[in-house]
Amino acid sequence: MASSTHDVRRSDRAFKRGLQVAAWAILALFGALFWFLFMSAKPAFDAFGWQFYVTKVWNPVLDQYGALAFMWGTLVSSLLALVIAVPVSVGAALYLTELAPRPLRAPVGFLIEMLAAIPSVVYGIWGIFVLAPFLRKWVQPFLSEHLGFIPLFEGAPFGLGMMTAGIILAIMITPTITAITREVFRSIPDLLREGALALGATRWEMLRIAVLKTGAAGILGATVLGLGRAMGETMAVAMVIGNRADISLSLLKPGATMASVIANEYAEAGSDMHLAALTAVGLGLFFVSLIVNSAARAIIWRVERTGS
Amino acid sequence: MLNLRNFLTLPLVVTLAAISAEAGANTLINGAGATFPQPIYSKWFAEYASVNKAASINYQAIGSGGGIRQLIQGTVDFGATDEPMSAEEAGKVKTPVLHVPTVLGAVAVSYNVPGVKSLNLTGEMVAEIFMGTIKKWNDPKIVAANKDAKLPDLAIVPTYRSDGSGTTAVFTDYLVKASKGFEIKVGKGKAVMWPAGIGAKGNAGVAGVIAQNPGAVGYVELVFAATNNLAVASIQNKSGEFVAPSTASVSAAATGRVPEMLKNDFKVSITDPTTKGAYPISSFTWLLIPNEMSKVKGSAMIAFVDWALGATGQKMAADLNYAPLPKELATEVVARVKKLQLK
Repeated sequence: MASSTHDVRRSDRAFKRGLQVAAWAILALFGALFWFLFMSAKPAFDAFGWQFYVTKVWNPVLDQYGALAFMWGTLVSSLLALVIAVPVSVGAALYLTELAPRPLRAPVGFLIEMLAAIPSVVYGIWGIFVLAPFLRKWVQPFLSEHLGFIPLFEGAPFGLGMMTAGIILAIMITPTITAITREVFRSIPDLLREGALALGATRWEMLRIAVLKTGAAGILGATVLGLGRAMGETMAVAMVIGNRADISLSLLKPGATMASVIANEYAEAGSDMHLAALTAVGLGLFFVSLIVNSAARAIIWRVERTGS
Repeated sequence: MLNLRNFLTLPLVVTLAAISAEAGANTLINGAGATFPQPIYSKWFAEYASVNKAASINYQAIGSGGGIRQLIQGTVDFGATDEPMSAEEAGKVKTPVLHVPTVLGAVAVSYNVPGVKSLNLTGEMVAEIFMGTIKKWNDPKIVAANKDAKLPDLAIVPTYRSDGSGTTAVFTDYLVKASKGFEIKVGKGKAVMWPAGIGAKGNAGVAGVIAQNPGAVGYVELVFAATNNLAVASIQNKSGEFVAPSTASVSAAATGRVPEMLKNDFKVSITDPTTKGAYPISSFTWLLIPNEMSKVKGSAMIAFVDWALGATGQKMAADLNYAPLPKELATEVVARVKKLQLK
């Protein structure tokens, strides 16, 4: 008997040890990743210093590198994606939790979430062969002709470019934002809705006061998570953004993002400095994503504490 | 517990078996490198497995740069590249590496100009188009070279490869020779800073942009252009002829270069050749074979090169739109490979 309890204790300890190892391994992996990125990028930092992140020349022939154009591209394409995706997602979530007939809610929600399961290269191919030609033929000529005086729509319509990338990204992050927002709305107690209605609010006023306002922080968290995904998205963007290391206000012009340049050039990077510069871009992306995700965590955490 | 242990050690055993296969009947040779010759290489390696049952060759098309890096680290037995190794890279490998030309490829300039069935361009014009200095299809320079064509007043959209690529290396290698301005302003390499146009990923991406945008022009591998029936421009060579890319005109670019090839260990750029009838944007693609190999792997490699550069292998290449090596060159290459040092 004594030996058997001893055994149990030993196996308990082993189990605990095992879990500890698993948990710490993730942290160690994180550290190793950072260390690897930093060490591989070091030659670029030694050569260009912090100016690497504020210059836009990217010339592999002369071994001169700066990441500003890619940071700009990541920022603009992701913001464009948010501008399109957030209203659609919040609208969809609102409809699915508050207005849709009950039998419709689960299947439609499921279909929206299914969008997240489509591989990004498929979005990219769809972007090249369907979305880009459509925009080039029907949307962009109109924008460039009638709104061309605004810097945002200046230039010739190519199909490929910042606008196409932004729209593809918007489609890709919509399921994420919708799913989280839906959970946020669901977690709002019915008491609030009933209270608003009891005070004589119309249905729209009830949605505004009880649901949207209460869920605001949650929507923000979902948005930031969507932003994180948009910034890291690689393949689909590389296929449709037009890939020019340039800074332009126009959405019709080609651009490039931090993730897309790494995907494009890493495999065939010739010189050691080219490789180091690409890793330095990766390190930049690592930090930006880290900051965005932490912000999302913080917001969601706050919602969870105050919301329930 | 025993099961778990088996489960864990199984992959290890398999790996060890694969490594020690060298001693056994079936020799496994690993290679990695260029994507451009992948269709012909995978065909060759598959066919060769049935010719010589004792050896199987495994090739991963991870890109020339990656192949060279793996060769330097010693994780593969041979590499493959579209561009000769740089002196810096050559300095890093343990044993000298032999450049073995296998087939010829070419870069085709493909265009989408409504109503224009054939197009003549000089190297200087191509350079100026890609630098953004020739902006319209009815530019007087293009019109002068195409008296019969009805060139429209249409903006030119130059399209380049956004991913680093041997195709870009060959194309820019030619443009640097053809245009002083291009040499100063852009330079050559697998990835360069293009002054104008838009970038698309891979041959398919470039072809997609060209197909969808009237006015677009881009460069793709000849194999890709031929299999997809793209409209391609004839480029003026050094003897003044406008030549369309074909397996014959590409092979012509390598004809008569044997003495030069021998002198430079086969590392010769054949863009902008002087040969009559030659297409000017042509290039070799090379296997990178270490000059010292183990007896088993080395002799298998020699036998393979002998077969691939022989009649059967080169015929397969032509069927896939790769240009075969000129015969006299193939003979010299095989003779050199047979001198590999086996230990």
